[in-house]
Amino acid sequence: MALPQAKQDATEARLAAVSRPAKGAAWAETARDEALARVRSMGLPHRRDEYWKFTTPDSLVQSEAPTAAVHVSDETNTFDDVDKLQIVFVDGVFDAAASDELTLEGVKVERLVDAVKTDIHWAKDVYGVLEERGQDPVARPLAALNTALASDGVVIHVTGKASKPINLVYHHTSDSSDAILHHVVKLDKGADLTVLENGPAAARFNKVMEVDVADGAAFHHVRTQGRDHERRAVTHLFARLGEESTFKSFTLTANGVLTRNECILELTGDNAAAHVAGACVGDGDFLHDDTVFITHDAVNCESRQVFKKVLRNGARGVFQGKILVKPDAQKTDGYQISQSLLLDGDSEFNAKPELEIYADDVACSHGSTTGAIDEEGLFYLRARGVPEDIATNLMTLAFLAEAVEEIEDESLRNIIVSRLEGWLDRRLG
Amino acid sequence: MLEIKNLHVDLEEEEKTILKGVDLTVEAGKVHAIMGPNGSGKSTLSYVLSGKDGYEVTDGSATLDGVDILDMEPEERAAAGLFLAFQYPVEIPGVGNMTFMRTAVNSQRKAKGLDEMSAADFLKLIREKAKELKMESDMLKRPVNVGFSGGEKKRNEILQMAMLEPKMCILDETDSGLDVDAMKLVADGVNALRQEGRGFLVITHYQRLLDHIKPDVVHIMSNGRIIKTGGPELALEVEKNGYGDLIEEVA
Repeated sequence: MALPQAKQDATEARLAAVSRPAKGAAWAETARDEALARVRSMGLPHRRDEYWKFTTPDSLVQSEAPTAAVHVSDETNTFDDVDKLQIVFVDGVFDAAASDELTLEGVKVERLVDAVKTDIHWAKDVYGVLEERGQDPVARPLAALNTALASDGVVIHVTGKASKPINLVYHHTSDSSDAILHHVVKLDKGADLTVLENGPAAARFNKVMEVDVADGAAFHHVRTQGRDHERRAVTHLFARLGEESTFKSFTLTANGVLTRNECILELTGDNAAAHVAGACVGDGDFLHDDTVFITHDAVNCESRQVFKKVLRNGARGVFQGKILVKPDAQKTDGYQISQSLLLDGDSEFNAKPELEIYADDVACSHGSTTGAIDEEGLFYLRARGVPEDIATNLMTLAFLAEAVEEIEDESLRNIIVSRLEGWLDRRLG
Repeated sequence: MLEIKNLHVDLEEEEKTILKGVDLTVEAGKVHAIMGPNGSGKSTLSYVLSGKDGYEVTDGSATLDGVDILDMEPEERAAAGLFLAFQYPVEIPGVGNMTFMRTAVNSQRKAKGLDEMSAADFLKLIREKAKELKMESDMLKRPVNVGFSGGEKKRNEILQMAMLEPKMCILDETDSGLDVDAMKLVADGVNALRQEGRGFLVITHYQRLLDHIKPDVVHIMSNGRIIKTGGPELALEVEKNGYGDLIEEVA
């Protein structure tokens, strides 16, 4: 079906604004060509698209990135105190000087620019492949655009247990930067890696990460998305999970005028477990959208989605979460919860939980709530002498706890909690 | 210490008067008990004194050591030395009991112009107090009151009281939902805090709590007023004859 002319024009205008990355090996060029064709056939998202009903995509689609002031603070990087391999991108461009040497026991790390020049490379089987698998049944054109046009990113091959986490740090230094990054992670059988991400990245950021998790492998992911108030981001996390593999991802979002985080997971091996969680705190001109699609296509797999949002001063939150259970995916255990805490009457939360189940022996539950702070709890704290603002903060942290507790590693969990405490304290009157 | 004069209170949501002129004075070092049938206004009195929303004081006053408390925020009343042991202690998932108590203790210290208690001192103190109440250290780590039995919740209230060392303690039906052993533990906890200078107002339906916490003065409340005041023998009279006779007698 031909696209409406307006959508076609908007798509072409956007494509014209980005130059195609330097020519790579044949497989890479094919991947890019095919992705480009996908973008053209789908067209970039429009506010009338059902999947973008609650989040207007205009500023993510328009040719030029809307400007975003760089937020200056003396705050340290989220994971500074963690022993890790650090890879730094400034406005979407790899910064060799600020990055560690790309060597890590149990892992091979390369820049995307180098990998795509290699004629025979394993990345051929992942780059754009998981993204393409994730286009059905719902189109994700901004991810295809990323595959077609990303010139930077990292390509990570995990062969064993990584000796420490890899930390992708995204600095934002230019008011008008428009960054596209594409990362690929492949975990071999039984391999184990934690990826940390932090930073605002750019005025506008389009990021894709594709993660191929082989049988018995474990992938952990913790990210924070930066405090720059005016930044915009659309991110896609695609993963394919093999037998008895584990995938756990947690995201903390504080501020940013627009954030759309999509997570598309496919459980293809029996006994796999996928957990995605998010805590978001928004104040004022802020829209945060978590869009999740989990496909169960194997027996006895478990998936969890735990999303919590705290919104105030007119901030808006969106959750679109779907669990699709294919006919043979018996013994599926699916859990989904999305909750918002609205600290005032101006804020708004839209949730669209969906279950689509074709197997007959499954346990799936979902719930979504929106509410104000629990007055009884607040009074109880105040009656013990805790001032109202501090009591409100305690109750807010308590509300977010279920999502934060999805982070398995205690020290990483503590880092996230202290970030949240910092955010809340800064907002005390 | 606590002086309540001619206190009239309406429910904010509906046009209903709950307290119709309560007069009551609790002297330092004394234990006063309020008994009365359901709906007589006992719990309302405790909530109004501690500053819960939803009530409107239409007349009268309440002072603690001469200072009007009715215009204060709940946290200011707490810092001034007022403590309410809740009839139904609130569960707060996600907030650790220890964090909660440390925040409370330090908030009150701050309000009084004192330095915060160090983590080590706090830990030592709370462990000591918890032990006296036979509380497992596990209960300190769990979220506030979540998954606690009725008896554990009440002991947790008394632990808070012991940590905060208030001047004036109001116990709202602390005996409800307690078996005999738990009641004794709670009463022992309260008795340990009885001392010169600290006042208690014990609200209860039944005389049995007063076997363990011996009151100096007993008040009978009915239909929003104190209708009779006497010594401990008044509680025994209620136990024997119920409230009916007393209410009739006054009417």
